[in-house]
Amino acid sequence: MGWFKRLKDGIITSTKDKKEAPDGLWYKCGRCKEASTMKEVRENFHKCPHCNYHIRIGSHDYFDLIFDGKYEEIIDDLLAEDFLEFTDLKSYKERLEAAKKKTELDDSMSVAVGKVNKQPLVIAAMDFSFIGGSMGSVMGEKISLAIDYCLETHTPFMIISKSGGARMMESAYSLMQMAKTSAKLTLLAQAQIPYFSFLTDPTTGGVTASFAMLGDVNFAEPEALIGFAGPRVIKETIKKDLPEGFQRSEFLLDHGFLDFIVDRKDLKTRISDMLSFFPVAAAT
Amino acid sequence: MVFLEFEKPLENLYQQLDKIKQVGEAGDIDVSDKIGELEKKIKQTRKDIYSNLTGWQKVQLSRHPERPYTMYYINQMCKKFVELHGDRYFKDDKAIVGGLANIDGINVVIMGHQKGVNTKMRQYRNFGMANPEGYRKALRLMKLAERFNLPVVTLIDTPGAYPGIEAEERGQAEAIARNLFEMAQLKVPILCYVIGEGASGGAIGLGLGDRVYMLENTWYSVISPESCSSILWRSWDYKEQAAEALKLTPDHMSEFGIIDGIVKEPLGGAHSLPDEMAKLLKRHLKKELSELMELSPEDRIKARINKYSTMGVYSRKKTTTEEKV
Ligand SMILES: [Zn+2]
Repeated sequence: MGWFKRLKDGIITSTKDKKEAPDGLWYKCGRCKEASTMKEVRENFHKCPHCNYHIRIGSHDYFDLIFDGKYEEIIDDLLAEDFLEFTDLKSYKERLEAAKKKTELDDSMSVAVGKVNKQPLVIAAMDFSFIGGSMGSVMGEKISLAIDYCLETHTPFMIISKSGGARMMESAYSLMQMAKTSAKLTLLAQAQIPYFSFLTDPTTGGVTASFAMLGDVNFAEPEALIGFAGPRVIKETIKKDLPEGFQRSEFLLDHGFLDFIVDRKDLKTRISDMLSFFPVAAAT
Repeated sequence: MVFLEFEKPLENLYQQLDKIKQVGEAGDIDVSDKIGELEKKIKQTRKDIYSNLTGWQKVQLSRHPERPYTMYYINQMCKKFVELHGDRYFKDDKAIVGGLANIDGINVVIMGHQKGVNTKMRQYRNFGMANPEGYRKALRLMKLAERFNLPVVTLIDTPGAYPGIEAEERGQAEAIARNLFEMAQLKVPILCYVIGEGASGGAIGLGLGDRVYMLENTWYSVISPESCSSILWRSWDYKEQAAEALKLTPDHMSEFGIIDGIVKEPLGGAHSLPDEMAKLLKRHLKKELSELMELSPEDRIKARINKYSTMGVYSRKKTTTEEKV
């Protein structure tokens, strides 16, 4: 398996060489319209210092926030293929190339293993900037291989969702990733390895209707959009305005589909606390 | 009879046939030769039309107003059927039906999406778009089947899970996800058929099985061609192109290994000879069930999970270490 060999070879990709925005640049909050420096925003866990709006961040930002310093990226050699030769206004191939160029990522999910206050954890996290965090064969396989890794090493598993749902350009294959990931999660459950589902803004469609709702613990960031159907589709179907706060984290908590909502500044502590309740026997 | 647009040549021939029959009934002239000739022509025309259908035409056929639905198949195939209602939490979803059935001596639990046969019933069945309670009813029946060692048969025919406020409040996503999770480990055989529309999460919520088949004039996709058109082409006018791009036909699904095979329909589609279609489905189903029931639950579950684990197409990046190998 790809990840195993790369680990043995000692190839460690810590934080991807991402371009940090210079500290002097200004961030203008999309919600309260107040301006802050990038430094202030970063020191505030990527939240608006004025209104606490949780800015959408990427997989590696979460790895940095959650892991104790270093972490190893695993299962990082999978690439999407335009095997259906799907073309709408653009070809899928072009969309993939553009997304790779823009994000410097290979696809919408990265997987890493590290420690959270000295407790091991595997995190599979999505990047919304890569074709809307959409789930195709690569995401499905990464989750599947991450689960294999957790089964072999007896490591707890967490998925950070941030996705518009299944990737249309892979048609039924993307739909089947719902079945694939859900089926694989049953193996973790049987092995009594905990799986945490962390839902962030936005989490909709086939991602919500599979692994994102199947956590032993489901939790979310404040005010994240979480749902099966998108709000626009619902509005067009029922021809009525949607209620205030509909499909937001607080709405889901109230309706019993989340265990709790966590502010990003408390995220690491909360995950660490949870891990302490699920001791996993070491691999034999 | 309802004719779709691409069936227009057939409609003309049927009209001619009706006229000639009327002449014949009026008396004097012997029209039997003419009738025979027309019937031959109808058969040939039907063959021509149906041997070369596009993706969009299959979508249209899957939605044909006279196409048989789940309850029709159940009534035709089962000697006994006891319908069971309700999810035990909230209510009885009319868009998914199910119950205990006996098919030529084999006891099964059968369930499926149900569309309405007329305007009033279409409303009553919510056009085959289930709410969370529908998926939870289905799961309750599957668990019942598991407890009493009865195989599960699901018939899929939905334009999608219902996108509504209440559906979200009650956890549409959770209901579908839970079904996938539980179906993966269900100890009894699960045999699935797409009998009409196989749209998205609403379809796969009943569609994770040991074997999945599609009837010949059906489709299966992550999204309907109309919605795909509206999102990717930003217009509703590209549904034909979307249907082609999505490669949603049974032939494609079979080629991709996403389904296990195709159940042939009578010439002219399931709606032209529904009772014949029910016989074909029953024959297929009995054979599949007997094969699946020979396996142990452990082997079945292992094979089921393996099957889904290998679904997906991707390539591997060439790294320096791998190039050395
Ligand atoms: Zn703000």
